Amino acid sequence: MFHIYCPHCAEYREEEEFHAAGQAHIARPLDPEACSDKEWGEYMFFRKNPRGIHHELWVHAAGCRKFFNMTRDTQSYEIKEVYKIGEKPSVVAE
Amino acid sequence: MSDLNVMTAAEMAATKAAVMDQVPGPEIQGQSPLHHADLDSLAKVGPKQGGVHLREHKLLGHLTLRLNPENDDQLAAAERVLGVALPLQPLTSVENGSYSVRWMSPDEWLILVPGLEAFDVESKFRDEMGGHYSLVNSSGGSTVLELSGPDVVELLKRCTPIDLHPKLFPVGKVVSTVFAKSSAIIRRTGEQRFELVIRRSFSDYIWLWLQETSREFGLVVKV
Repeated sequence: MFHIYCPHCAEYREEEEFHAAGQAHIARPLDPEACSDKEWGEYMFFRKNPRGIHHELWVHAAGCRKFFNMTRDTQSYEIKEVYKIGEKPSVVAE
Repeated sequence: MSDLNVMTAAEMAATKAAVMDQVPGPEIQGQSPLHHADLDSLAKVGPKQGGVHLREHKLLGHLTLRLNPENDDQLAAAERVLGVALPLQPLTSVENGSYSVRWMSPDEWLILVPGLEAFDVESKFRDEMGGHYSLVNSSGGSTVLELSGPDVVELLKRCTPIDLHPKLFPVGKVVSTVFAKSSAIIRRTGEQRFELVIRRSFSDYIWLWLQETSREFGLVVKV
């Protein structure tokens, strides 16, 4: 079980209150019409599956229902940091 | 977001939502989601001693307010309507007489008012508030249970993962969390008194759950 700090509620809560919503920082192509099938397909379907530092989107589903980002080590399961949408992560993979 | 809040009076009037009094007058008897449980009769014939006391505050007006917390005009308008400023600190609540306001998320508050006043309060918001905001009357969607008694914390520990120690959960704190297999908005209203806002569709489940869970302490139903 994770013990997750919600940056909006400003306290730690149990994992069962949260849902993971996949990889964070996926930029939507500025001009979708001009995308090739490959570019659009990669934006829609292809996700990272790193061993180590991973930036994820989570939602505090049972609490404030706000989304936030989390940097997590997929190998040790350690949560490195949480940060709000629009903020930059301070922990990044080398 | 900010430029949405700069509007002329005519634009503001044009944005007013159609408001409708959803609650019939006092001449029609309302039924709470726990009407079938007949808590009034249980309070008369049930046990008078026990570690957990349950009371339903039925048919209150539930209003969900969403606005931009950085917009001072909107905050001031809300204060004019409610007589008290919206709590901006996470997980806090304020009360003003029969009105109570709960912080739900950085831009959302749950306001409880007496059932027959809900429409008045809603109309006042429409008159006072300008710009981009949302006010939804969700009275029919939930009901309020008050749990108290010497064993109430022990009972709640069996229902939710929230830490209820008074240091971490002082009087006035409000959390929205998982409760049994459902969810609830839990607010501490006294050292040994809590208020639960629960979903209408889960009210029967939670009523059955509370009876089962409180068996070892003894459940006293009150009116």
